[in-house]
Amino acid sequence: MTPPTPPAVRLHDAVASRGGRPVLRGVDLTVRPGEVVALLGANGSGKSTTVKAVTGAVPLERGGLDLFGTPLARFRAWHRIGYVPQRTTAASGVPATVREVVSTGRLPLHRLLPFRRADRTAVDRALAAVGMLDRARDGVADLSGGQQQRVLIARALAGSPDLLIMDEPMAGVDAASQQVLADTLRAEVARGAAVLLVLHELGPLEPLIDRAVVLRDGCVAHDGPPVPNTGLHALPGHDHVHPHADHGHDHERIRGLLS
Amino acid sequence: MTEMLGYDFMQRALIAAVLVGVTAPAVGVYLVQRRQALLGDGMGHVAMTGVGLGFIFQTSPVWTAVVVCVLGAVTMELVRARGNQRGDLALAMLFYGGMACGKLLVSKSAQAGAGSLESYLWGSILTVSPADLAAIAALGAVVIAVTLGLRRQLFAICQDEDFAKVTGVPVRLLNLLLAVMAAVTVTVAMRVVGLLLVSALMVVPVAAAQQLTRSFAATQAGAIAVGVIVALAGVTGSYELDVPSGPAIVLLAIAVFAVFSAIAAPLARRRHRGTPDAGPQVCDVRLPDPQRADAATPAPGAGLAQ
Repeated sequence: MTPPTPPAVRLHDAVASRGGRPVLRGVDLTVRPGEVVALLGANGSGKSTTVKAVTGAVPLERGGLDLFGTPLARFRAWHRIGYVPQRTTAASGVPATVREVVSTGRLPLHRLLPFRRADRTAVDRALAAVGMLDRARDGVADLSGGQQQRVLIARALAGSPDLLIMDEPMAGVDAASQQVLADTLRAEVARGAAVLLVLHELGPLEPLIDRAVVLRDGCVAHDGPPVPNTGLHALPGHDHVHPHADHGHDHERIRGLLS
Repeated sequence: MTEMLGYDFMQRALIAAVLVGVTAPAVGVYLVQRRQALLGDGMGHVAMTGVGLGFIFQTSPVWTAVVVCVLGAVTMELVRARGNQRGDLALAMLFYGGMACGKLLVSKSAQAGAGSLESYLWGSILTVSPADLAAIAALGAVVIAVTLGLRRQLFAICQDEDFAKVTGVPVRLLNLLLAVMAAVTVTVAMRVVGLLLVSALMVVPVAAAQQLTRSFAATQAGAIAVGVIVALAGVTGSYELDVPSGPAIVLLAIAVFAVFSAIAAPLARRRHRGTPDAGPQVCDVRLPDPQRADAATPAPGAGLAQ
C-alpha cells in the first residue's frame, strides 16, 4: 500500500484579522487532489481572506496551514500552486503583451535561468487552453474584462499547477469566457489538479463543483455537496436582494420547495 | 562637431551621457509600470542631503549621495510595502526634509559658493572629473546588470505583486533591490541632468516609447534608445550652444515624446489595417428584434428560473 496522498490544502482552525478586526474565527478547509471546492458566502464573510491565508498573504494568528502535507513555514514548492487573484484589470502603467503576462507564470520553474523552449511551449499551451493563443502578441490593455480574466487564468496554468486557486474568476466575465473557464477547469480536474474557487454564486460552474464551503462571519456555516441549482440563495440567513423584482416569485418557489 | 571629440572633458561628458541614457530609462520603466513615476523625483530631493554631506566632509558628493539616497529609498520602500494610509505624508517629510537639510549643510560648508550646489541641481556634465566618471561607470554597470538581468523577476513584481508572491519570487527583496537601483541611478544621473530633472530622464523616455509599443520588452528597449539619443544630443547641444546640459536633455526628451504621440495614432491605424482578420470596416450585423433583446441576455438569477 502506498501512503495516502496528503490534501493539497489543509487549513485548520484558522484565525486571522485584518486591520484589527477579526475576519476568520476558526475556519477549517480541506481540498484534496482532483477535488473542486467552491468557497461561498456574502460580502465580508471572509472568503477572500481565507484564500489569502491559503496563499500565505495573510498571516494566521491561530491554527495551521499545510500545503501538500508541508507546513506553510517550510513550504517551498510554489510552482505547484496556480493563483488567479481577484482583480478588475491585467493592465499596468507600461504596455505588456498577453504573452509577457502569461510568461510570469513560469517564473517559479525557470527562476534565474533563461526562458527556454519548454517554458515557451507551456505558455502556448496555457494560452491555447483559454482560447487566447491568437491574441498572444496583443497588449493586455486592449482586451475586454473577460479576456483579461482568461489571460490571468492562463498565467496560473502556465506552471501546470497541482492546485488552482481562483478568487472570484467569474466577476465581470462575459458568457463566452465563462464557458471557456468551465471547460478549462474541467480539463485541469481531469489532469488531477485540485481547485479552490471563491464564488459569489455557483452559476455555470455548478456541475463541476464537488463540495461547497459556505462562510458566514468568518465561520464555516456549511461544508458539503453544493445545493443544486440554488447556490447561496437557499441558505439560511441569505438576504441577497436582486435588482430584478419580477423574478422574486422564483425565490419564493425555491424556498417553499426546500423548507 | 568632430573637433569637440578632441577634448578630454567632452569625451568624459559623452561617456557619462550614454551611461545615464541607458540606466535612467532601464530603471524608470519599472517605476512607471508600478505607477510610481515620481519616485525618482523624491529621491532627487533626498540626494541633496547627500551632496551637502559631501561638501561638509570635503569628499566626493557622488558617494555620500549614494549612501543617503539608498537609505532614503529603503525607507520609502518600507513605507510603501506597509500600505500605510499616511504613507504619502511620510514621504513628503522625507522629500522636503532631504532638500532643506541639503541646502543647510551646503551653506555651512567651506565651499559655500553660489554655483556649487547649482551644478548638482541642474547638472553640469562638462565639468565631470575622471574620478566622477569612474564612479558613474561602476554604479551604472551595476544598475544595468540588475535591471536587465532580472527583468523577468522585476517585471513580475511590478506587474502584479500579489501574484508574484504566490510564485515564490522573493518579492520583498526584489522591491528593495529595485528601490536601491533607483537611488543609485539618481546619483549616476546627478552630474548629467541634475537632481531636479533626474526623474524626467527616468520617466519621459518610457512615456515616449510606449506611445509606439505594445510589449514591455519593446518599451524598455525603445526607452533606452530614446534615453541615449537625447542624452548625447543634449550634451552636444550644450557644448555647441553653451546651455546647461540637464535642461537641454529633458526638453529634447519631451520633444521626442510629442513627436511619438503625434505619429502614434496613424501608425496604429496602419498596423490594424495590416491584420488580415480585422473584420469588416463597418457594422453589417442585423440587430435583434427589440422585444426579444432581454431574452438574449441572461438575467443574474437565470439559474433559478430554470
